[in-house]
Amino acid sequence: MVEIPNLNYVDGLSKGDRSFTKKIISIVARELPVEIKTYQLELEKKDYSKTADTVHKLKHKIRILGLEKSYGIAEEYELNLRKGNLDLKSVFEETLETMLFFVRKKNQEL
Amino acid sequence: MNCIVVDDDETFRAIFEQLVDNNPSVKIQGSFSSAIEAIKYLNFNEVDLIFLDIHMPDFDGFDFIRTIKNPPNIILTTADKNFALEAFEYECIIDYFVKPVTQERFDKGIVKAVSLFKESAVTYKNPVPDESVNDLYINIDRRLIKIDIPTISIIEARGDYIYLKTDTKNYTVHSTLKKIVDKLPKEIFLKAHRSFVINTKKIIDIQDNSVLIGKDVIPVSRSNRSELMRRLNLL
Repeated sequence: MVEIPNLNYVDGLSKGDRSFTKKIISIVARELPVEIKTYQLELEKKDYSKTADTVHKLKHKIRILGLEKSYGIAEEYELNLRKGNLDLKSVFEETLETMLFFVRKKNQEL
Repeated sequence: MNCIVVDDDETFRAIFEQLVDNNPSVKIQGSFSSAIEAIKYLNFNEVDLIFLDIHMPDFDGFDFIRTIKNPPNIILTTADKNFALEAFEYECIIDYFVKPVTQERFDKGIVKAVSLFKESAVTYKNPVPDESVNDLYINIDRRLIKIDIPTISIIEARGDYIYLKTDTKNYTVHSTLKKIVDKLPKEIFLKAHRSFVINTKKIIDIQDNSVLIGKDVIPVSRSNRSELMRRLNLL
């Protein structure tokens, strides 16, 4: 079952300051597509070490959006990539799509 | 206590700025997307604490620590627990945050940082155990050399060593500023800067943010300037 992203972490830090939540969502909405593009390009080039570095960066954002299970998968996928193994690629990419949809929607709402 | 954030990820810089904002004990002085930018800033500014991301492209957190002279206290921020072992090799690293850090964990780290910060300030103010002791013995090449304390003019931190200037001779000793200050009379010696302790009796003049001692111009940090001014017999 696909995990649903949430803003519990960000809202917790905001202490009711809506502008902080808005700021974070807007940064993630801007950075995420760029990082996903980088990930795809590195994967195409079969540069798995660099792909793993980008997954490492992306996994922080996975956790910010409260996706604990997906974070564990990303961690494992990063290790796989460092060994040149693409196991968990599709489930990881599914998470990225879910996140992208979520932040775009939230960015419009906020 | 003031701090800076060094992280190539804008999201995390914003998160750390918020974590700091939510904690009254710490104030943010700067936020940098690269280690190089932060190093440039530290060349002209003094900070008490750095939140440092380890995993940065080109110039990572450990390169940063190795580059700066006398780093202040540092809290590492990363997702990678594997860096913990290497982190223990650096005395300046006081804690380790796994991203994204919660406010509770952050506050706990700040309590520790504040306590270490205060401890270091107290250390500098501690009197010598016996005020009548006028000599200090330093260990150089397994020889204990006696130094007449009032003849010491400047002590400079140089990595794992301190450079001791006296009226007659200079010495490089394997020690830290903290350790030697404990052995010196607090009425005479003052920490002028993160890297310098000076003998206030040897000051020739004071200009802006520096003092002249012998032929050496020693920087005085903003935070220590008021203590220096307090000790002067001003007309």
